[in-house]
Amino acid sequence: MSSILLISQTALELGFQYALVAMALFLSYRILDIADLTTDGSFVLGAAVSVTVTAAGHPVLAIPAAMLAGACAGFVTAFLQTRMGVPSILAGIITNTGLYTVNLMAMGWKSSASLMRTDTVFTLLRDAGVGGEWYELLLSAAITLLAGALLWLFLGTRLGLSIRATGDNRDMVRASSVDTAFTITVGLSFANALTGLSGAVVGQYQRTVDMNSGTGIVVIGLACLIVGETVVGRRGVGRGVVAVVVGSIIYRFIYAVVFYTKVVPVDCLKLLTAAVVALAIAAPTIKSGALFEKRRLSAGRKGGR
Amino acid sequence: MLRIENISKTFNPGTVNEKTALDRLSLHLRPGDFASIIGSNGAGKSTLLGAIAGSFIVDSGSIVLDGTDITFTPDHRRSRSIGRLFQDPLRGTAPSMTIEENLALAYLRSSEGTAPFSRIRKKDKELFAQRLKLLGMGLEDRMRQPVGLLSGGQRQALTLLMATLVTPKLLLLDEHTAALDPGTAEKVLELTRTIVAEHQIACLMVTHNMKQALELGNRTLMMADGRIVLDVSGQERAGMTVDDLLRRFKAGTGHDLDNDRILLSD
Repeated sequence: MSSILLISQTALELGFQYALVAMALFLSYRILDIADLTTDGSFVLGAAVSVTVTAAGHPVLAIPAAMLAGACAGFVTAFLQTRMGVPSILAGIITNTGLYTVNLMAMGWKSSASLMRTDTVFTLLRDAGVGGEWYELLLSAAITLLAGALLWLFLGTRLGLSIRATGDNRDMVRASSVDTAFTITVGLSFANALTGLSGAVVGQYQRTVDMNSGTGIVVIGLACLIVGETVVGRRGVGRGVVAVVVGSIIYRFIYAVVFYTKVVPVDCLKLLTAAVVALAIAAPTIKSGALFEKRRLSAGRKGGR
Repeated sequence: MLRIENISKTFNPGTVNEKTALDRLSLHLRPGDFASIIGSNGAGKSTLLGAIAGSFIVDSGSIVLDGTDITFTPDHRRSRSIGRLFQDPLRGTAPSMTIEENLALAYLRSSEGTAPFSRIRKKDKELFAQRLKLLGMGLEDRMRQPVGLLSGGQRQALTLLMATLVTPKLLLLDEHTAALDPGTAEKVLELTRTIVAEHQIACLMVTHNMKQALELGNRTLMMADGRIVLDVSGQERAGMTVDDLLRRFKAGTGHDLDNDRILLSD
């Protein structure tokens, strides 16, 4: 197989796998309007649970187990902010810090864990003879697309509608007899289940999990979300779900290009990602600031600072 | 219908900003009563509506709606039987969601269609379209557009429709036409009158328009310092002018009605 094809294949695989994190952020950040910093920790949690359960000989069971673990992490964050009055950003940071210990525990008190000759969901599919050389891509894409479809269907239900409205106008949700503490809890649990699923798939794919594998994943996820929305557009839930997948694949292609061509050192990619995300989120403010300066200069006045 | 007994509420107790917003206030509404409330700035009009809707729990006293004690019921549960509109037309709707989705949310207050994983049905959409038609704003043809695209008046009319989509036992209106231009305000007020009359909904309306307070509904309440100082209805109210009302207010409280936005006429 030519190297370009191989690079594309890897980028697509990782793109689909990490798209689940971007999908989780689409739900928490875009729809619920909550910056959920639990994400870093629940990604590692998902991977740790997945690798440990797989090592015990249950690769398929490992997937829902990791999702459940992620959902629990999201529940804790939601509980802290809706019932205990902890500010939402801080609630995520607190859960994330606590998760550090939980993740160590899940890996048997070691900072990393690996799979030796055990079966994973990927090898099971390969051994079944499905997908040929593309079995890893096939499974990654199938899981992500299925999760995306489920999220899209869920957001069209009455509960999904109340979650969407919670990020839009909480007063109105309460006036419609729905408890916003409940909708936030369901939303954050669902989002972190998706993040845990991402960790679970990545963990089995790479056959290893490391304590630091989640660092900065929330920013990378946001980058994917922003890139995707720029390409696909923002209106509508369906479009949003497609956007995160597209954004994630683009991001992994950029990553692969940087990795192989070394136009910039790979270690610089996080700084670059952080800058892109900060700029994208700051864009409206920068734009209005520029308009203000333009207006001030055209008025020919210097004062008023 | 609504029995409020001796409710009090003090905000920021024990601080320099301590403010007794409601002071042993009692009020009884009969079924079908439509009462308007006027009063000075800071008299506690909005606080009274907030207490009924459950925005906060009162310090003392009790609130009973249609035989059920709701004094300690959380606001989202009270909203099953109480509809509320604010002055700000943006407060009642979710801007990035479509008209149809907003109505579907309001419809969650009904006993049917509350299954969390059910979707909006064709039957529901037909009901929504039919109700939207009553507004006479052509919104029934724009059901899939985001509410953020509507004007303030259209959004307030939609909020009114949402608050009454499932007939509430009580409707609370907090100067809900004050932020609209006169033509639109008149239209929304007319809709309010029609909907309230059609469904026989008990209604409390805060207004700063004295003429409106005398013309609309069957009762006029005046508030000062967290109490109801004047409650007129029936024959007495029928012959009243704005001047009479002001005189009665002064006789009751010992000072002039002081509201920087009050409209003596239109």
